[in-house]
Amino acid sequence: MSHHPLASAPSLFDRGILARATVDAFVKLDPRRLVRNPVIFVTEVVALVVTLVFVKDVATSTGTPVFDGQIAAWLWFTVLFANFAEAFAEGRGKAQADALRKTRSDTVAKRLLFTDPDEHAHSGVSSLDLELDDLVLVEAGDVIPADGEVVRGVASVNESAITGESAPVIRESGGDRSAVTGGTTVLSDWVVVRITAAPGSTFIDKMIALVEGAERQKTPNELALSILLSGLTLIFLITVVTLWGIAGYSGTTITVTVLIALLVTLIPTTIGGLLSAIGIAGMDRLIRFNVIATSGRAVEAAGDVDTLLLDKTGTITFGNRMATEFLPVPGISVEGLAEAALVASHADETPEGRSIVALARGLHGVAEPAGVETAVFVPFTAQTRLSGADFAGGSIRKGAIDAVMRHLGTRLDQTPAAFRDAVDRIARTGGTPLAVCENGRLIGAIHLKDVVKPDIKERFAELRAMGIRTVMVTGDNPVTAAAIASEAGVDDFIAEATPQDKLAYIRSEQAHGRLIAMCGDGTNDAPALAQADVGVAMQSGTQAAREAGNMVDLDSNPTKLIEVVAIGKQLLMTRGSLTTFSIANDVAKYFAIIPALFVATYPQLNTLNVMGLASPESAILSAVIFNALIIIALIPLALKGIAYRPIGAAALLRRNLLVYGVGGLVLPFVGIKAIDLLVAALHLA
Amino acid sequence: MTVFGWLQILFILALVLASVVPLGRHMARVFAGERTFLSPVTGPIERGLLAAAGRSSLGPQTWLGYTLAMLVFNAFGFAFLYAILRLQAVLPGNPRGLDGVDPLLAFNTAMSFVANTNWQAYGGETTMSHLSQMAGLTVQNFLSAATGMALAAVMIRGFANSGGDRVGNFWVDVTRVTLHVLLPASIVLALVFVALGIPQTLVASVDATTLEGAKQTIALGPVASQEAIKLLGTNGGGFFNANAAHPFENPTAITNALEIWALLAVSFALTHTFGRMVGDIRQGWAILAVMAIILGGCLVVAYSAEAGGNPLLTALGVDPSLGNLEGKEVRFGTSASALYAVATTATSTGSVDSMHESFMPLGGFMPLLLIKLGEIVPGGVGSGLFGILVIAILTVFIAGLMVGRTPEYLGKKIEAREMKLAMLAQLILPATILGFTAVAALLPSALASLANAGPHGLTELLYAYASATGNNGSAFAGLTANTPWFNTTLGIAMFLGRFGYIVPVMAIAGSLAAKTRGSASAGTFPTHGPLFVGLVTAVILILGGLQFFPAFALGPIVEHLLIPTGQTF
Amino acid sequence: MIEHLRPALVLLGSLTVLTGVAYPLAITGVAQALLPGAANGSLVEVDGKVVGSALIGQSFTAAKWFHGRPSATSAPDPNDATKTIDAPYNAANSSGSNLGPLSAKLIDRVKADAEMLKAEAGAATVPADAVTTSASGLDPHVSPAYARLQVKRIAAARHVTPDVVEALIAARVAGRDLGFLGEPRVNVLDLNLALARLDPS
Repeated sequence: MSHHPLASAPSLFDRGILARATVDAFVKLDPRRLVRNPVIFVTEVVALVVTLVFVKDVATSTGTPVFDGQIAAWLWFTVLFANFAEAFAEGRGKAQADALRKTRSDTVAKRLLFTDPDEHAHSGVSSLDLELDDLVLVEAGDVIPADGEVVRGVASVNESAITGESAPVIRESGGDRSAVTGGTTVLSDWVVVRITAAPGSTFIDKMIALVEGAERQKTPNELALSILLSGLTLIFLITVVTLWGIAGYSGTTITVTVLIALLVTLIPTTIGGLLSAIGIAGMDRLIRFNVIATSGRAVEAAGDVDTLLLDKTGTITFGNRMATEFLPVPGISVEGLAEAALVASHADETPEGRSIVALARGLHGVAEPAGVETAVFVPFTAQTRLSGADFAGGSIRKGAIDAVMRHLGTRLDQTPAAFRDAVDRIARTGGTPLAVCENGRLIGAIHLKDVVKPDIKERFAELRAMGIRTVMVTGDNPVTAAAIASEAGVDDFIAEATPQDKLAYIRSEQAHGRLIAMCGDGTNDAPALAQADVGVAMQSGTQAAREAGNMVDLDSNPTKLIEVVAIGKQLLMTRGSLTTFSIANDVAKYFAIIPALFVATYPQLNTLNVMGLASPESAILSAVIFNALIIIALIPLALKGIAYRPIGAAALLRRNLLVYGVGGLVLPFVGIKAIDLLVAALHLA
Repeated sequence: MTVFGWLQILFILALVLASVVPLGRHMARVFAGERTFLSPVTGPIERGLLAAAGRSSLGPQTWLGYTLAMLVFNAFGFAFLYAILRLQAVLPGNPRGLDGVDPLLAFNTAMSFVANTNWQAYGGETTMSHLSQMAGLTVQNFLSAATGMALAAVMIRGFANSGGDRVGNFWVDVTRVTLHVLLPASIVLALVFVALGIPQTLVASVDATTLEGAKQTIALGPVASQEAIKLLGTNGGGFFNANAAHPFENPTAITNALEIWALLAVSFALTHTFGRMVGDIRQGWAILAVMAIILGGCLVVAYSAEAGGNPLLTALGVDPSLGNLEGKEVRFGTSASALYAVATTATSTGSVDSMHESFMPLGGFMPLLLIKLGEIVPGGVGSGLFGILVIAILTVFIAGLMVGRTPEYLGKKIEAREMKLAMLAQLILPATILGFTAVAALLPSALASLANAGPHGLTELLYAYASATGNNGSAFAGLTANTPWFNTTLGIAMFLGRFGYIVPVMAIAGSLAAKTRGSASAGTFPTHGPLFVGLVTAVILILGGLQFFPAFALGPIVEHLLIPTGQTF
Repeated sequence: MIEHLRPALVLLGSLTVLTGVAYPLAITGVAQALLPGAANGSLVEVDGKVVGSALIGQSFTAAKWFHGRPSATSAPDPNDATKTIDAPYNAANSSGSNLGPLSAKLIDRVKADAEMLKAEAGAATVPADAVTTSASGLDPHVSPAYARLQVKRIAAARHVTPDVVEALIAARVAGRDLGFLGEPRVNVLDLNLALARLDPS
């Protein structure tokens, strides 16, 4: 990967973003926008009230203008800090969107005049005027004008605008590599593309909208949390409003400013102010990971996944089988078989062929016999299903057991027992046996093996610790599948899987209340991708697959599913932990404000002033200042997300409770005391 | 505090614990519609009653149908009780010839008994005829308890069922709970009570000539039968004004121990019923542990506050070794009184064997706190269980997010709808308690009812509205509650605290029932371990504490801090 | 709604009969048959006349009797029905004082009572139950300490030696129920009946 326009996202404190977010923080004061966030909206309303109180103080020269003015200022800061957090999170997305937008310039498209894709007569039209199902010709050097499907031709395409990957990819009609994306460039050859997305709703447009957060709606979980926060706000509103009457009983009059200060410190402004920033940042983390989610809902669902459906090939094993063993028939040495296999595969450029050469050379130290250059390579054909080489001294063939048997005109049960045992053992352990014959005589078998990726077993163990089951999907027979499954450490497998099998498996898991994630790229994966709770489509896949999934992986790397899950969990955890922190903070704020409120009536209540705050005014002011500053202090954490570790739910909860629960209980005691010392030293109250 | 005091407390709590499994298992059978060991006797009655109710109305109901049935049943119960109270003067069973109860008091009392509160703005022996006590109040002692338990069954089914919108049948549940649990247990307990000295007669009073030659009129009546159900159903309405402090309601330390057992038994056992029905007994024990921890903590504070005596009296030459005995009976002492006070307010019983008003500030604070925490540790029969499950849902929501998953409890996902309903239910408590208290605190006519000045007077108000809203029924009894203002507002508070809370909670149960029940994995955090127990405990204390801390500071807390100053009011 | 009317009325009616009529009457029947003493209020008769209940305290004011605890019960004022007057040990209207721990009324009352008792008994301190009202106002018991505090006064009033009175108390102190439930106590009516028997005059 050479460069990544998305991954090279702006650093946390990019100057441009900071400046834009600062301006946006003020724009967001508009109550019509703020009402979507009840906690901060309430804060804005009461900030306004205290401001009016301050104005009245000044105008009538009564009351405590210095105190009221400071409280009003800090309440406005509280709102602005919350707005800033959101604007800052959005700003990072906007910067990325701008980069994407540059690729979406207006281009001239060669629209075919006729509906026959083989008739290439065309006229130039603006890409913005293209309609669905128009056919366009794209030739070397042209930018593909809009998303579409290749219906004719084959071309190499540079998709770095989307993926950041500069190596060209092949796009051709039919099959799973027919989708092309607007804004990408054809490097060689030509294709005829049928337009599948109207201008303005192309893949790039969607990406821009997503990273900008323009279509951001509250996700189910965020909604539930907002309800909790609104409920708490209401409860504290009741507590504070009724306190006026309850305090009246004791002959204590509490000023509006002080009641409001109490209210704002009690309602969960910390999490309320950071909630949307956390959500935006979660999407943002995915994007920097080169995965685009079509909705925040999908990111949340990723955190909830119970079962991962993983394709064997490319995810669990390397894409290709490799030779791991030579098993000669009696009378032939291993070296002899290795040499024959080497000759047969000398010119075989398939991965299997190369792995046989590598094994023969590497493990058995066999060198090419002289004259091998003159041998004539016999390539694999669908008819013979054999490949090999003819040379001066004879011929060597290798191929599937049944193909070689047919070539030799014999049957498996007529071969030597040692050979049969070897073939049997290879099949049983999940490998593929190849037979080798020289000059019409069977000389042995080659063990071709699916090689499981080296660290995959640990990854699966990690997932298991997270409570996630892994299910391997493969077209292999059950015996082979079982062997690989056990080697890779997956929890279950679906052998000889058809797309229908996948779909049925997903449905049955969902019926038991489990959430499923899978990735896929082919058109026949589309139903399963749509059915899965998290369907990650490969960017290299078909248009149908990309439409069906709710995430697109720009790197087309199926292993990423695991990281996607971790990012989803991190998003939820950040919300939960900051909520806990926010609520735990209230305890200290009570100990600051309650004695300050009533100490004039009941001096004994100063016992509750455990922090030894200087004066009632400084206590209240310090609590309000702490409440505002903590929002700013937590922005980096909200954007980065709190660390996720696959250590199991109970351990995770214990850890987060300790850090954010107990921490949230203790920290404000220290913070408010420190601010109070400063406030007193500066004679602010 | 004494060794005997603690021994007594531990003994009674051990009795409660011992009955959890057998009683819980029995109730699970009752809820499941299975045969019980009582079926040979109660079966025919059960079949007869249900047949008379009409076969067509006995099918499974949706949460809404169930809730409507419950509301209709309770509305009729209210109307019937109100009518009896108003008309008692012309109805039979009125040996003392008492007048009809006046309208506002009758409203307050009827609401009080239908809502399982049993707040008594009246003195039993001076206001209620035998017919009112038996066919009016005793009946609602059964039916309001049976209603609460039936609703708990719905909540449990909400978790236990997987998909489907049916949550059971109200008529079947109420009938079975009454016949298989409340009535048989009351019969046994009432007879034991008589054997231990509690009267049971239709005679209204006996005149005695005392040794000093004075005439003493001793009020009597069918006390034992009402005492049994008042405790088993966490009702709490006393036959006499002094409630279970009256020697006829509670003659010895043994009856006292039995009474405490009876008022705790069903609520604690329901946790086991819950565990059994959701298929994981540990879940029930976890909930029980939360209840026990909070109850235990409050008990330690209350007992130590009372056992230390009143320093203001000690300064006058009163020996503090017996503790604070103002408003307590000698036969119980501070240990049994503190336990009764904590148990009766931890459940929504509200029966008292000592006067909470005369407790030390911290001693009286604990009952008030327990009521304000929502009557959930363990709370009223049924209502306590569904109440604490709502808190568990809130806990799971926050904790679930912290482990990075959409929160789920017992395999049921907790989503926006459940949160909305849970918060709605949680709002009832502070809105009603603090709202009414704040208004009353500024209302001269309400303040005229206070018996004590200073912070204690504020606590009287707080306690009254907390008790009514929490459907407890105990009081800082100096408050003159039989006034138009209090009869009306406390009646409304009882209504909101009971039915305003129940409706959203039943909606939660219905919503949960319809969800597919998922299975637990290493990614879902376990809700049966100490971590969860600690977390639910913390949520209860923090949620309740944060709402009420300012009011507490101005009531019991400042009163406690004032003791060393010697200031009196 | 309508479909709920029949079951609601039928079940309310039948359960009222079952729990509100049949249940209390059945318990009354069984109790009266098997345990008439307890069921009728544990009444104490002397010479065929009811002198009180073993469970209910009564007011003793004369020096020759053991006094119970202060009682906060009241009765309607015979002159003005809207008011009440103090009526200690009114067994038709049980009630506590409901005075808070910082109540000036409580402190004043205890101060007066404690000083009187201390002077009377010549003691430095008084037991808590001697100066505090009970919850019911009908507490039949006092602590053994309070009973003993009264020995001097009673012995003087009755012209007997204190040992005699002490012995009466010692014979009637009830320990904790089952050895650990409740508190040690003495029944005042029981003590006074013994005093009455001691000196028939």
